[in-house]
Amino acid sequence: MTYEERLQNVTVLGAAGKMGSGILLLTAVEMADLMLKSGGKSKAFVLNAMDVSDEGLAGLIQYLRAQVLKIAEKKMVVLRTMYHDRKDLIENSEIIEQYVNDVLSVVRPTTRLEAAYGSKLIFEAVNENKDLKVKIFRQIEDNNEHTPWYFTNTSSVPINIIESEADLKGRVLGFHFYNPPAVQRLVELIWTNQTSAEVKEFANEYAKNLGKIVVPSNDYAGFIGNGHFMRDALHAIKEAEELSAEMPLPEAIYIVNKVSQDYLVRPMGIFQLIDYVGIDVVRFIMGVMNPFLDNEDLHSPLLDKLFDTGIKGGQHSDGSQKDGFLKYEKGRPVAVIDPETKQYIAFDSFSGADGKIGAIPDPAIVWKSVVRMKNKDEVLQKFYNDLKALDTLGAKLAIAYGKRSNEIGKALVADAVANNEEDVNTVLLTGFFHAYGPINNYFD
Amino acid sequence: MSKLNKKIYMVAGYNTVSLGTGRNEFHPKKPRPGIEHYVEEAGRKTLEMIGGADNVDECVVGNFMAERFNKQGHLGGFFPMIDEKLQYKPATRVEGACASGGLAVVSAIKSIMAGTSDVVLTMGVEVQNTVKAIYGADILAGAGWYGKRKDGHAYFFPGQFSDRAGAYYEKYGYDYAREGMGRWFRNAVENARLCPTAQEHHNKTPDLDALYKKLKPNGKAFVDNLNVLDCSKVSDGASTIAIVSEEGLKRIGIPRDQAVEIVSFGHKVRNLTEDPPDLTELTCIKATAMEALDSAGITIDDLGTIETHDCFSIAGVLATEALGFAAPGEGAKFVAEGNTARGGKIPMNTTGGLIGWGHPTGGTGVHMAVTLWEQLTGNAGEAQIEMPADKPYALSINMGGDDVTVVSVVCKKA
Ligand SMILES: NC(=O)c1ccc[n+]([C@@H]2O[C@H](COP(=O)([O-])OP(=O)(O)OC[C@H]3O[C@@H](n4cnc5c(N)ncnc54)[C@H](O)[C@@H]3O)[C@@H](O)[C@H]2O)c1
Repeated sequence: MTYEERLQNVTVLGAAGKMGSGILLLTAVEMADLMLKSGGKSKAFVLNAMDVSDEGLAGLIQYLRAQVLKIAEKKMVVLRTMYHDRKDLIENSEIIEQYVNDVLSVVRPTTRLEAAYGSKLIFEAVNENKDLKVKIFRQIEDNNEHTPWYFTNTSSVPINIIESEADLKGRVLGFHFYNPPAVQRLVELIWTNQTSAEVKEFANEYAKNLGKIVVPSNDYAGFIGNGHFMRDALHAIKEAEELSAEMPLPEAIYIVNKVSQDYLVRPMGIFQLIDYVGIDVVRFIMGVMNPFLDNEDLHSPLLDKLFDTGIKGGQHSDGSQKDGFLKYEKGRPVAVIDPETKQYIAFDSFSGADGKIGAIPDPAIVWKSVVRMKNKDEVLQKFYNDLKALDTLGAKLAIAYGKRSNEIGKALVADAVANNEEDVNTVLLTGFFHAYGPINNYFD
Repeated sequence: MSKLNKKIYMVAGYNTVSLGTGRNEFHPKKPRPGIEHYVEEAGRKTLEMIGGADNVDECVVGNFMAERFNKQGHLGGFFPMIDEKLQYKPATRVEGACASGGLAVVSAIKSIMAGTSDVVLTMGVEVQNTVKAIYGADILAGAGWYGKRKDGHAYFFPGQFSDRAGAYYEKYGYDYAREGMGRWFRNAVENARLCPTAQEHHNKTPDLDALYKKLKPNGKAFVDNLNVLDCSKVSDGASTIAIVSEEGLKRIGIPRDQAVEIVSFGHKVRNLTEDPPDLTELTCIKATAMEALDSAGITIDDLGTIETHDCFSIAGVLATEALGFAAPGEGAKFVAEGNTARGGKIPMNTTGGLIGWGHPTGGTGVHMAVTLWEQLTGNAGEAQIEMPADKPYALSINMGGDDVTVVSVVCKKA
């Protein structure tokens, strides 16, 4: 089966979700491009957008239309050649409108799993629940005569478990997009010992056609991205809890969040990142990973406590940030939760905290400018050398933080989750937008 | 030949800000003033300088495509909105693509010559940031022949001038040509920094040459032979100037040293449905500018400054050849050596031109007239250049389409 034939009938499961809708968008565009390149000579292309949520599917087409329009506007130069033979389409606006219609015409929204019975490729992005994923795959497998391939977007479940429990023998692969799939360039590809060469080859080609950066990750719960993030988050929680011996916990959380952003030169502080991903999601992923880890306990009672009181972070349906560890106004954090009282305490009331942290070696070193610097390495080396010379709380926390991140990164290689150090760094650089990879010499 | 039959003057020029990317106050997602705002501001300012609307006999406005950018035709009807005293006076809108502003100047001149008016309020306006660039390209493509739109580039006009640049590279060498075009870009921004209404006025890039070298033309994202720095801006803006007879000058009471005299003009078109005879030459610009110079009885050696239509940097370079400052193929060198910079042999586009000041398409021809008026009467502020005593003349070249409609005006201090 050729690449094109494989993509002639595809189903995205959980298509109305955060990840599913992005995967659907990218796949619809890729399929429509194949269709247009074949000059409409190939058979129909079908992309089932399957989800159990009617409400979700109702908003999906509007979302797709808006996104495809943006994509079309960006690739107008290419579209003009693609529609060269359509004499009736003359202006850019006419071609763009046609393209949007062509992409949408591939997509069939449905709430019925039966739609997947005719597919040759299944993308799965339903909730992170191993048994649900296995059950759905099993049902399709029992009813689909095309021996389809299964690409799962799971963040944490080892692929071989899904493979064996659903009995899919070499036809399943972890295709781990980052959120949001349409924007984030990174995908982690995870295969089992049995995954066939054809499946891997196709996955690589598909990822490349979508313009993604591929990092292969070995089949251990959490893979590279969450393997680092979950441990990084636990380190932050531990540091904050230790600090809370000397100050209120909210102040400690504020301090660790600030240090992890300003001193580690990251796009956001660690507690903001936990909120962004969702306290529920983080806690859940830890729970999925934990049983597969021997000498480690990925678990935080503090996360449980917040979760139990209904504080979960994540995003509202309009994409705005929900409150979690931090409270947000216009997307910016402004206050910290007190887990005891469940009240948020304004950043302003921690005026003493900034003094406790101490001055940063160079206030000009901020993530936004560093990521664009050509001599980033040199600049950061100097920044961290200066930092090491300081005897402040901020410097101490930052160095311990950087060292721990380094240790986590190296362990991912030692435990064979990642094939090499470069892959670990690529995941953090491209998937988490860090200014530098965790494996570095800055903190030695 | 367009010989003038009486003395004609330009006075009381005014430019609004050229709004668009580059200006600090521009935000693509925030609401912006509409076309009425620009018409009103520019009209009112000139009226204030000429003693009010009572003094005006007639109004003319150059505009290219308000029907599509603003869903608004019939722009002549806006004049009484500026001042009720313009109610029941004649007003006309003229169109010749990006030379619409130049045509407004020409029609004012003709009205003075015909004796139908002594004071003509002359305006050019375009408000283009109403649509994204990719749709703006469709609208601007109307300056070319629709019969060729299908085979043209998504960015139609950049595509046309990319082909011209490509032909120039092929004939004279890529690096050589880019030297000249890059210098043209640098001059444009450096001049714009001196002019508070210019779109690139806030430009703080420390090393413009390095930036220009870094941004290589990339046909996959844009056109093959030009980068975005080679292009004029997408702009919202308006310009006005009063064009008056000797009689009119007396009536509005402006001292003669605040006026410039229009010495001559040229106006020609080339067949819209035909490709240029040679991609490396601007033949209609050449013929039109020569007509203007001949009827003024002067040569390029008498010119102290020029405003030329640099919708693309390559058009600036080619204009130096069309005018005869440089032999064919030598224009890039002429520009690269700084001859067209302020302080150079022949300062061109002293407030930034279309690349630096901005290009509200239908307004540009009037903006050129205003800039020359400012320079010749000492009203150019920080952008002021010294006019050499032996070179008292100034020239403008306003082009519509790909060297199709061209208007050229020669003037000097009155
Ligand atoms: N959100 C992230 O940052 C992220 C990043 C990488 C991977 N992932 C993984 O992607 C998957 C989806 O996550 P999400 O964040 O998009 O979740 P989500 O809650 O936004 O979407 C899940 C969707 O699945 C639908 N669904 C539930 N049961 C279903 C069923 N039986 N059949 C069909 N659809 C069903 C839901 O209605 C919902 O629309 C998870 O495995 C998650 O771990 C998430």
